[in-house]
Amino acid sequence: MTDAIRYIDAISSTLRQELKRDDDVIVLGEDVSYGGPFGATAGLSDMFGPTRIVDTPISEGAVMGLAVGAALAGRRPVVEVMFADFITLAMDQLINHAAKLRYMTDGQLSVPLTIRVQGGVGGGYGAHHSQSLEAWFLHVPGLKVVAPCSVDDASGLLAAAIRDDDPVVYLEHRGLYWSKGSIMSHVDPATIGLAAVVRPGADVTVVAVSRMVQVAMSAAEKLAADGVDVEVVDLRTVSPIDLETITESIRRTGRLVVAHEAVVTGGLGAELVAGVHAAAFNSLTSPAIRVGAPFTPVPASPHLERLYVPTVDDVIAAVLETLPER
Amino acid sequence: MLPDLNLDAQVAMLRRMLIARRFEEELIELAQDRDIGHFHVYVGQESTGIPALSLLEHGDLSFTNHRNHGHLIARGADPGPMYAEILGRVTGYCRGKGGTLHLASVEHGFPTTSSATGGCIPLAVGAGMGLSRLGSDRISVCLMGDGALEEGAWHESANIAAMESLPVIFLCENNSLEALGQRAGEYPSSTMAVRDLTELASVFGIEAVAIDGLDVRAVHETMSRAVLRARCGEGPTFIEARTVRWPGNRPIWPELATGRTDISMAWEDSLVPEEHAIWHRKQDGLLGFTRELLAEGNFRTEAVLRLDEETTEHVREGLVFALDSSYPDPEEALEHVFSPAGD
Amino acid sequence: MLYAEAVVEALRRSVEGDDRVHLMGQYFLGLTPYRTMVGDLYREYPDRVYFPPIAELGYVGAGIGAAIAGLRPIVDCATASFTFQAFAQILNEAANIHYMSGGQTSVPLVIHYNHGVRGGGAAQHSHSPQAMMWNTPGLEIITPSHPADVIGLVQTAVASDNPTIWVDHVRLFDTEGEVADDIEPIPFGQASIRREGDDLTIFASSWMVCRSLEAAETLGAEGINVEVVDPRTLVPLDEEAILRSVAKTGRLLVVDECHQRCGVGSEIVAVVAEQAHGDLVAPIRRLTTLDVPVPFSAPMEEFVEPTVGKIVEAARAVVDGR
Repeated sequence: MTDAIRYIDAISSTLRQELKRDDDVIVLGEDVSYGGPFGATAGLSDMFGPTRIVDTPISEGAVMGLAVGAALAGRRPVVEVMFADFITLAMDQLINHAAKLRYMTDGQLSVPLTIRVQGGVGGGYGAHHSQSLEAWFLHVPGLKVVAPCSVDDASGLLAAAIRDDDPVVYLEHRGLYWSKGSIMSHVDPATIGLAAVVRPGADVTVVAVSRMVQVAMSAAEKLAADGVDVEVVDLRTVSPIDLETITESIRRTGRLVVAHEAVVTGGLGAELVAGVHAAAFNSLTSPAIRVGAPFTPVPASPHLERLYVPTVDDVIAAVLETLPER
Repeated sequence: MLPDLNLDAQVAMLRRMLIARRFEEELIELAQDRDIGHFHVYVGQESTGIPALSLLEHGDLSFTNHRNHGHLIARGADPGPMYAEILGRVTGYCRGKGGTLHLASVEHGFPTTSSATGGCIPLAVGAGMGLSRLGSDRISVCLMGDGALEEGAWHESANIAAMESLPVIFLCENNSLEALGQRAGEYPSSTMAVRDLTELASVFGIEAVAIDGLDVRAVHETMSRAVLRARCGEGPTFIEARTVRWPGNRPIWPELATGRTDISMAWEDSLVPEEHAIWHRKQDGLLGFTRELLAEGNFRTEAVLRLDEETTEHVREGLVFALDSSYPDPEEALEHVFSPAGD
Repeated sequence: MLYAEAVVEALRRSVEGDDRVHLMGQYFLGLTPYRTMVGDLYREYPDRVYFPPIAELGYVGAGIGAAIAGLRPIVDCATASFTFQAFAQILNEAANIHYMSGGQTSVPLVIHYNHGVRGGGAAQHSHSPQAMMWNTPGLEIITPSHPADVIGLVQTAVASDNPTIWVDHVRLFDTEGEVADDIEPIPFGQASIRREGDDLTIFASSWMVCRSLEAAETLGAEGINVEVVDPRTLVPLDEEAILRSVAKTGRLLVVDECHQRCGVGSEIVAVVAEQAHGDLVAPIRRLTTLDVPVPFSAPMEEFVEPTVGKIVEAARAVVDGR
């Protein structure tokens, strides 16, 4: 194992590993040769040069299309979308092309594309730089979607995404960038499609994604002091959802809380609740509860941002709500 | 006939340029002491925004981008509620909902700021279409940077504006220029195959001109013509105003790389330091305009110093106002998602 | 009145009722034979229409800008799949502007599209993006399924100061319904119980309402009395009506043309699962378009979409407790 490194460095070191391993891997995005706004691609240009680390204009639609085209031509592109909100400018290429070409050609074409998307609330950036849009990507057949929380997953799922022959949306939360963990000096690809029980417990299942896994863990710790034993499931992959792991957990605890940073209405949580409801209706002893953002755009003022983002207390309150006798 | 640029008008411009400059300097200094988030400053571009926007009238609509502080000040917005908004206070123009990236003041003709590059372009074109169809003589101004020309939204919107001959002015502030031409490899870099940006407009038949953004008179004259054309139904104009990027404009965290502006450098060359000498002497439009005014002989250094003092004080008062203001009640985060049901 | 006629009537009333209403785009009735009716309206009001270039991002954004400037545009995106080109303007601008400006600026705009499986549309012309739009606060969403609803809802949409998504479907165009002469604007957030019943609640929107009603006839003959709840608007959503119905029947089938994962159906299930857990005697079932791109060939297309036959089957399963 390596020493503790930051999430953002796990990303750049995995990119480096994959670029070395496979000459077909290329990295594309705005200012990637410089390192990007957060340094994820720092140093890569010096090592691999401008034909493999490609700076693009501020033309998200064209760049996504370009990446799809490059993938069809045999490369393995890793596109960086600087802020999730800007992926709105690339939706046609992502949804109508990247996600559908294998299907429409009856398997003749493959689109081995990785789309790295930075998003989430933090820093008072406001409504155009803070959204969590995983529900959209989950809604599109043909896309795989991963959202690593741990540093280990940041590297393992990135390696997996790059080696996957289908388009994978890789969701990064900038609030996780500076969290620390260990990775192997040689990163093995993780398995896409597997959730993980990161804290076993008997009373309530909390399924969380991305940064909210950390929030859920803090909530679980506090609740343990009150004698409530929370099982935290890190979703890790948003699409396909590992319903098996989740329902297995529900069968033991009988209670479900879902926690994500995105807007509740129409969000990932709705799909999780619906999925669990269908698969484990008789196991639920009380209604499932969703924790997420309210039905508003993201406010800019850090003060309002604090109300907007779900907190440890919100998760605690939701867990307690599933335990009416308490 | 073009509007005159009499002394009063020029002094008024200098005043606003000073406010814009001091506004940003105070903000950068504040950011050194506390985390105020992500912001972009207008230093080095005041000589474009202030004279250009001084020509707009009440009812004209302007759509701007993330580098918007100078724009709002140019149209008379107050430092106090601007700082308050940037700091997320309830007394901000948007009551803390927008922050710097989405500053809006309808009163001053700014319905919204879009901070997705190119987002303001279709909006500005549409506003022009709306105003025209309402039979109004008000016009729409799109305040964009050179980076926005990389977006597909530019191409689509310019085409529409040209086809419909809309009353829109595209004021494109190109601050990616160096003395030797556009420099790649610097962040944010310019990634544009087109050498002459005006071609991206003229190819649609849009009247397009490139000017020196440091030349206040040229900006004013060019914009006057564009405003007149728009009001008379002669269609859109594209103005590329070129400035050199201020050394302190690093991507996320601006720095006072050239120090707080010493306005006396406009007449006392010995005060210009070695470091960034070329900036102070040739590339700072605020100092440049001050020199011009002084050279014409109707304005004296004492008056400049008084103006500098007054504007510095005005800006500081605004900052104090903002820092003293309270934060919004958190529950306000749930308000203004929708307009209330109409009557 | 035919639904297609009602669409044109809705447009006509809007244009005639308010000088600020302008129509942008021309494919309200798609490429169906009914489209000539739109052409006729346009010829009557040439100053109130605009024919944009193939530039969805540009012209939808322009519609937003025009709304900010004081018009009340109704912008047509033709096929729903094309809204992806305009997502940045619809979801980052229109939905957010009122909020970001602290309530200063409004966007009184209506955006229309025809969604879903239309027969041979294949993967790039058969989307139902309303679920994704629903996940973005700041947009009102109407889903008429009946000629009277089109006229009533569009009136409210035009009068509203908020951006409204008008979700439509080409397969609705042929359907017929009674339209009163003195039709009033329909307030948002009021569902319609299209059919009353005690045994099972079906929640459906848009074209799926019609299929559900057809299925309900078949089921009625088998002694299964279905109640069909049509929300008419997704934002705001009449949760009360849905919960009341579920309290009555204890069983819910959600029929939705969006893909299953994070579709409209997911949100409905979650809301009912959260708030009416105790009323349910059986798990809620969803019947949606399968989670694959929509294939071209007819037998495959039919395989992936919620047909009347599938609705009947699913309803029986819910009632049987399967």
